[in-house]
Amino acid sequence: MKAIQTFIDHYNYFITIFLMVAGLYVVIARGNMVKKLIGLSIFQTSVYLLYIAPGKIIGGTAPIIDPAFKVYSNPLPHVLILTAIVVGVATLALGLALVVRINEAYGTIEEDEIFRQDGGK
Amino acid sequence: MNSIWPQLPALQIVIPLLGAVLVAFLRRGSLAFLVTLAVSWLMPFISAALLWQTMTTGPISYHLGGWPPPIGIEYRIDVLGGFVLLLVSGVSAFMIPFARQSVEREIHPSKHAWFYCMYLLCFTGLLGITVTGDAFNAFVFLEISSLATYTMIALGHDRRALLAAFQYLIIGTIGATFYVIGVGFLYLITGTLNLADLATRLIPAAVENPPAVYAALAFITVGISLKLALFPLHTWLPNAYAYAPSFVTVFLSATATKVAIYLLVRYFFSVFGVAIDFRALPVTEIMIALSLAAMFIASIVAVYETNVKRMLAYSSVAQIGYITLGIGLANQAGLTGGLTHLFNHAIMKAALFLAIGAVVYRIGSCKLDDLSGIGRKMPFTMIAFAIAGFGLIGTPGTAGFISKWYLALGALDHGWWFLVALIVVSSMIAVVYVGRVLEVVWFRPTGPNLKDAKDPPFLMMMPIIAFAVATVYFGFDTRLTAGISETVAKTLIGGMR
Amino acid sequence: MSAMFSPETLVWLAVAIPLAAALLIPVFHREPNVRETVTLTAAVLLFLTVVSLLAPLLGGARPEVAGIRIATGLSLSLKVEPLGMLFALIASGLWIVNSIYSIGYMRGNDEPRQTGYYICFAVAIASTMGIAFAKNLFTLFLFYEALTISTYPLVTHKRTPEAFRSGRIYLGLLLGTSMLLFLPAIIATWAIAGTLDFTPGGILAGKTGTGVTAVLLALYAFGIGKAALMPLHFWLPAAMVAPTPVSALLHAVAVVKAGVFAILKIVVMIFGIDNLASLGQSTWLTIVAGTTVLAASLVALRQDNLKKRLAYSTVSQLSYVILGVAILAPISAVGAAMHIAAHAVSKITLFFAAGSIYTAAHKSEISELDGIGRRMPWTMGAFTIGALSMIGIPPTAGFLGKWFMLTGAMQTANWIALGVIVVSTVLNAAYFLPIVFRAFFREPPMTSRPHGEAPLPIVIALTATAAGTILLFFCSGIALQLSNLMIAR
Repeated sequence: MKAIQTFIDHYNYFITIFLMVAGLYVVIARGNMVKKLIGLSIFQTSVYLLYIAPGKIIGGTAPIIDPAFKVYSNPLPHVLILTAIVVGVATLALGLALVVRINEAYGTIEEDEIFRQDGGK
Repeated sequence: MNSIWPQLPALQIVIPLLGAVLVAFLRRGSLAFLVTLAVSWLMPFISAALLWQTMTTGPISYHLGGWPPPIGIEYRIDVLGGFVLLLVSGVSAFMIPFARQSVEREIHPSKHAWFYCMYLLCFTGLLGITVTGDAFNAFVFLEISSLATYTMIALGHDRRALLAAFQYLIIGTIGATFYVIGVGFLYLITGTLNLADLATRLIPAAVENPPAVYAALAFITVGISLKLALFPLHTWLPNAYAYAPSFVTVFLSATATKVAIYLLVRYFFSVFGVAIDFRALPVTEIMIALSLAAMFIASIVAVYETNVKRMLAYSSVAQIGYITLGIGLANQAGLTGGLTHLFNHAIMKAALFLAIGAVVYRIGSCKLDDLSGIGRKMPFTMIAFAIAGFGLIGTPGTAGFISKWYLALGALDHGWWFLVALIVVSSMIAVVYVGRVLEVVWFRPTGPNLKDAKDPPFLMMMPIIAFAVATVYFGFDTRLTAGISETVAKTLIGGMR
Repeated sequence: MSAMFSPETLVWLAVAIPLAAALLIPVFHREPNVRETVTLTAAVLLFLTVVSLLAPLLGGARPEVAGIRIATGLSLSLKVEPLGMLFALIASGLWIVNSIYSIGYMRGNDEPRQTGYYICFAVAIASTMGIAFAKNLFTLFLFYEALTISTYPLVTHKRTPEAFRSGRIYLGLLLGTSMLLFLPAIIATWAIAGTLDFTPGGILAGKTGTGVTAVLLALYAFGIGKAALMPLHFWLPAAMVAPTPVSALLHAVAVVKAGVFAILKIVVMIFGIDNLASLGQSTWLTIVAGTTVLAASLVALRQDNLKKRLAYSTVSQLSYVILGVAILAPISAVGAAMHIAAHAVSKITLFFAAGSIYTAAHKSEISELDGIGRRMPWTMGAFTIGALSMIGIPPTAGFLGKWFMLTGAMQTANWIALGVIVVSTVLNAAYFLPIVFRAFFREPPMTSRPHGEAPLPIVIALTATAAGTILLFFCSGIALQLSNLMIAR
C-alpha cells in the first residue's frame, strides 16, 4: 500500500525515469541513425521533465508579482529548460543534417551496413 | 582603459562570439580568416590580463547584466580559470596561422567562412565554460562548443568523418545530458546554480539527503568524463581526431578535452570537495584505476596503429590518463602534476598534430607506410615532431618530464611505490610508439611518393616550431606551468574537507 | 683563461663551448677545413677552460653555478668537485686527440655525413661536461640522457640495416634502463633524503635500512646502463658497427666513462662509502662486477674481430671500476677513479690503432694481422703500449689503478675481489699478447697488398695517447691528488 502511495506521490519522477531509460535504450539498441536521434530526443525530453516538474509549487500561481497572491511557482526551471530545448533542437537538426550527408555518402543510414562498407572500422 | 578593465571577463566571451557572427556574414574565406586571426590574437592578451589580475588581487567576480549572484549569472575567474583561459587562448593564437593553408587544402572553398564561424563558436564555448561560475551556463557553453565541434569534424574530406561526427554527436549529447541531470539534482536539493553558492548550500543538503548528492556526483562525473574522453568513455575520440580536418584535430586535442578536465576539477575540488568528505568516497580510487587503464591500454593500442593521426589520438587518451591520475591522487603534488600536464600535453600534442597536419598538407596521407624517409624531405617538421615526441615520453629536459615528476611525487606522498613504477613503465610504451614513427620517418629510405614533399610554407611552419620550442622551454622554465599549478593545487586541496 | 674569467664563469663555459661549436659547425657545412678548425679550436678552448679550473679547485674552492630551479626538488646546477674534474680533464683532453684522429679517419675513409658527425660529437662532449660537473642527480640524469640521444646518430652513422639494429639496441637499452631503473632510484632518493645534491660523505647515511639500500644500489648499478654491468652489457659490442672514432668516444672519452663515473660518484657522494660499508650491502655488487670482469674476458678471448675483442675488453675493464667501488675501501675508490683515467687513455690508443689498421690495410680480423707490425710500426707500437696498460704492467697507467684496488682488497680482506683481479690479469694477457706477437713475430702473408702507415693525423693521435699512457704512470700526481680529494670530507 505504502509503495503505491510513494508511486502516486512521485509519479512525475517515474515518468521521467521511464523516458530517460527508454530513450537511452533506443540510442544504444537501434542501428538506424534516425531512430537513434529520436531516442536521443526522448532522453533529453526526460530531463526537461526532471527540471520542470519541481518548479510547480502546489497552490502557487504564475510568477507575476501581484499583492493578491502569496505563493508563486518557480520560474527559473522554465527559463532553463527553454534554453535546453533550444539546445536539443539544434542538436537534433545537426544530427539529421549529418544523417542526410551520411545517406548521400554511403547510400544507407543503417550503422551495421556503414561499418561493413568501411571494413569494420 | 579604466572603463574596459572591469569588463574583460565579458569581453573574453563576447568578442569571439561577435567575431563568429561577423565571419558568418562575410562569406569570403580570406576575410573570414583575417577576422578569426585578429580575434585569436587579441584573446591571449585579455586572458593574460585576467590571470595577472587573479594572481595579484584575487578571484574576479563579474555580474552579468548587473544581477548579483546567486540570482544572476556570475562570471567567476580564479587562478585556475585564468590559467586555463590563457592556455586555450594562447594555444589557439599560436596555432591559428597554420589554419589558412591547411583549411584551403582540405575544405571546399565555399565552406571556408562557415568553418571559421564554427571555429570561433567552439572557441567561445570553451572560453565560456572556463569563465562561467554558473552550472547551467556551463552546460550551454558546453553545447555551443560541442555543436560547433561536430560540424567541424564532419567537414573532414573522408566520408568516415561524417560517421565520426555523428557518433561523437550521440555520445557527446548523452554526456552533456548526464551533466544536466546531475546539475538538476543539485538544483533540486539546493535551489541554486551558482557554483560557489552550491558549495556552501550543499553542506547542509549533503547531511540531509546524501543519496541525491551522490547521484549528482555520479551523473556529473560520467557526463564530463564522456567529454574529456576518460577511458573507457573515449571511444568517440580516435575516429573524430583521425578523420577531422588537420587543424580541427590540433585545436580539439589541445583545448577541448582540456576544458572538460577543467570543469571536472572545478566540480571535484570546488564544489563536492568543499561540501562532502570527498576522500571517503571511492571516486579517487576509480579515477586512478581508470587513469592507469588509459595509460596502459590506450598506449598499447597506439603502438599497433598504422595511421599516425589515430596513433596520436590514442596517445591523447593515454595522456589524459596522466592528467586524471593527478586528479585522482587528490594531493598537492599530484594535482600540481595533473594540471601541469594539462598545459604541457596541450603544447606537445599541438606540435605533434601540427607536424602531421603539415605532412597531410604535403602528401595527403598520414599512414605510417607512406611516411618512410620523410624526415629528409621535411626536416624541420620532423625535428619538431621528434622533440614533441620526446616530450610525450617524458624525457628530462622537456615539458613532459616536469608533469611526470610531480605525478611521481604525488604518488610518493601516498607512499604508493607501485604507482611510481607504473608511471615509469607506461612512459616506456610511449617510447615504443613514438620511436616507431621516428624510425620510419628518419631511417627508412625515402619513398617514391615523397618526390615533391618539402617543409610546409612559412605560415604553417612557424606554429610547428613555436610549439616544439615551447616543449623544451617549459621543460626548464616552469614558473608559468608548475608554478601556477602549485598555487592552484594548494588552494584547491586546502579548500577540501 | 683563469685570468680572464672567474671560476664560476668557467664552469658554465665548459658546457657552453662545445655547444657553441655544435651551432657553428653547420654554418661551415661547405668548407670542411673551416669546419674542422671550429671543432679543434673548441676542443682546445674547452681543455684550457677545464685546466684553468684546476688551480682554484686544488686551492680548495668548489666553484658552482647556481642553476635554474625547475620544480620541487629539481634544479639544474653545476658544481666542480675533484672526481668530476678528473673526468672532465680526461674527456676534454681526449676530445682534442680524438678530433685530430677523426679528421684523418673520416677523410681517409671518405665517410659521408661528416658535418652531422661533428655536430653530434660536440653535443656529446657538452653533455659529458654536464655529467662531470653536475651538482645534483637530476642534472646528471639530464645530461646522461642527452649523451645517449646525441650519440645515437653517431652509432648509426653508417645508416645500414645492421647499424640501425645496433642503434635500436643501443638506444633501447640505455634509455630503457635509465627510465625504468635510474629515474625511479632518483625519485626514491629524493623521497628519502629530501635532496638530490652530491654531498661528500653521502646524503643517505643513516636514513636507509639495509634492504632499501640494497635495492637502491641495485637500481643505480643496473639503471646506469652505460656502465655495462652484465647482463646489460650487450649494447656495447653491438655499437661496434660505428666508425672507429665513435667507438673511441663510446669506450674511452665519454659514454662508458660517464657510466662508471656516475656510479662512482653516486656511491661516494650519495650513499657514502662508510655508510655502505657499515651496512654491508655490496657483496652482491662485488660478485656481479667480478663475474662481469671474468666472463667478458673469456668472451673477449674468443673474438676474432679486433674491435669486438676490444669491446669485450672494455666491458671487463669497466667492471674493474665497479669492483673498486664495491670493495668500499677509500683507497680502492681512489683506484677506481685512477682506473677511469688509465683505461681512457689506454683504450683510446687501442681503438685508434684498430682504426688505423682498418684505414691503411682494410683489415678488421685478428687472424689477418700477421706481420702487420713491420708495415705499421707506430700503430702497433702504440697498440702494444695500450695492451700492456690494459694488462696492468708498469710503467703504464693501468698499473696504478689495479695497484690501489689490490691494496684496498687486502685492507678489507675481500678475497673475491683479490682473486678476480689476479685471474683477470692473466686473462687480459692471454687475449692481448697474442695480437702483439702475431703482429711483430709472424711472417706477413704473401698475398697481402702492400700498404704503409695510416694518414698522418691518425698516427699523431695514437702516438700522443700512447705517450699519455706512459706519462700518466710517471706523472700521476694530479690524477692522484684529485682522486684523494674525492674521498676527503
